[in-house]
Amino acid sequence: MSDQTGEQAGEQPGGGLPVTPAAEAQIVDVRTGMFGVRGPGDTSGYGGLVRTVAMPAPATRPFGGYFDEVADRLTTALAVAGRSFDGCVEAVVVDRDEMTFHVRREHVVDVCRQLRDDPDLRFEMCVSVSGVHYPHDAGRELHALYHLLSITHNRRVRLEVSCPDADPHIPSVVEIYPTADWHERETWDFFGIVFDGHPALARIQMPDDWPGHPQRKDYPLGGIPVEYKGATIPPPDVRRAYT
Amino acid sequence: MGIEEKLPSGFLLTSVEKLAGYFRKGSLWPATFGLACCAIEMMSTGAPRFDLARFGMEVFRGSPRQADLMIVAGRVSQKMAPVLRQIYDQMVEPKWVLSMGVCASSGGMFNNYAIVQGVDHIVPVDIYLPGCPPRPEMLIHAILELHEQIATMPLGSNRVAAARAAEEAAMTATPTSAMKGLLR
Repeated sequence: MSDQTGEQAGEQPGGGLPVTPAAEAQIVDVRTGMFGVRGPGDTSGYGGLVRTVAMPAPATRPFGGYFDEVADRLTTALAVAGRSFDGCVEAVVVDRDEMTFHVRREHVVDVCRQLRDDPDLRFEMCVSVSGVHYPHDAGRELHALYHLLSITHNRRVRLEVSCPDADPHIPSVVEIYPTADWHERETWDFFGIVFDGHPALARIQMPDDWPGHPQRKDYPLGGIPVEYKGATIPPPDVRRAYT
Repeated sequence: MGIEEKLPSGFLLTSVEKLAGYFRKGSLWPATFGLACCAIEMMSTGAPRFDLARFGMEVFRGSPRQADLMIVAGRVSQKMAPVLRQIYDQMVEPKWVLSMGVCASSGGMFNNYAIVQGVDHIVPVDIYLPGCPPRPEMLIHAILELHEQIATMPLGSNRVAAARAAEEAAMTATPTSAMKGLLR
């Protein structure tokens, strides 16, 4: 019935069911089911759940708020330093009031230097460097995220740098943000991203001789079966479904 | 150890045992291994409301060489395990270990690659205290149970006999996984 009343601009066809908007660029995963519910006899409904995990699409100008000013200033500052904005930054994503620059890994040091030193940008503080592993995204499996905070201007921005699993190297920003020292060590420890130019890239959370990088998606949980009187309960990732 | 090793089993050794046990439990100095959330409960057990000083245990020694009881309070990670063993080795005999909380006793809710599934993989534990975290009253109860163990601890030739008997019992006991039929 809603189709027959004539579709005006903005009305969703198909009777109001959720439709993935065209603005979603990258589908990371489509996950079916939740809590390990499988098979017939499921009264909870979790077995039929379908969740699309999607990354937001690159944003177009105007971005809104102070994001335009930051992007403009960064363009100017990079131009003065002899680099082009589009050469350094692959995409700008604005989602949920947060801006992310997807920076090419060769230029992350230059971009950070301009973000820190330019008087109108002044992102003095690198709050954290973290990592993400997208195993299905061939050629761009490992991402390093830099969260920057400008105390002078009360602004936040995020840089996202990706690298392939076959060549997991990203230049280190320790010379610009010394606080990234231990954060980059943690990212190396848990994801295997080698930060070139880091003064002492060693494991920081796991013991020094630990094999593998635990926070990758293909790393097992490593639990052991728990022994009770007369029974053994396997670790949570290998237990049977309770439906 | 001392004179009690040379006494023959009998009335004199029993009296020495009682005396030594009384003094040992009366002033059992803990070496804290406060690692995580259980450490907060241990601190509040030492605080005035749930006083540990009334049992002679308010002085938490920083040095393991001056301590009798190691309270392992919290999760032990794979990286911390050799440190724990080294601190235990630096303690002087007689020493006891209390594993406080589920994480120290069995790995707790963290059944994963990073946490040692029970400190009994690393050090011999005398008393296990479950809880997440155990209330200070529960910690005091466990400590008092340990005091009972210490007060009645055999010495000298009695100790050798007791160790042999315990080993015999353990060899013939049913393993935990074979104790079936208890849910009837």
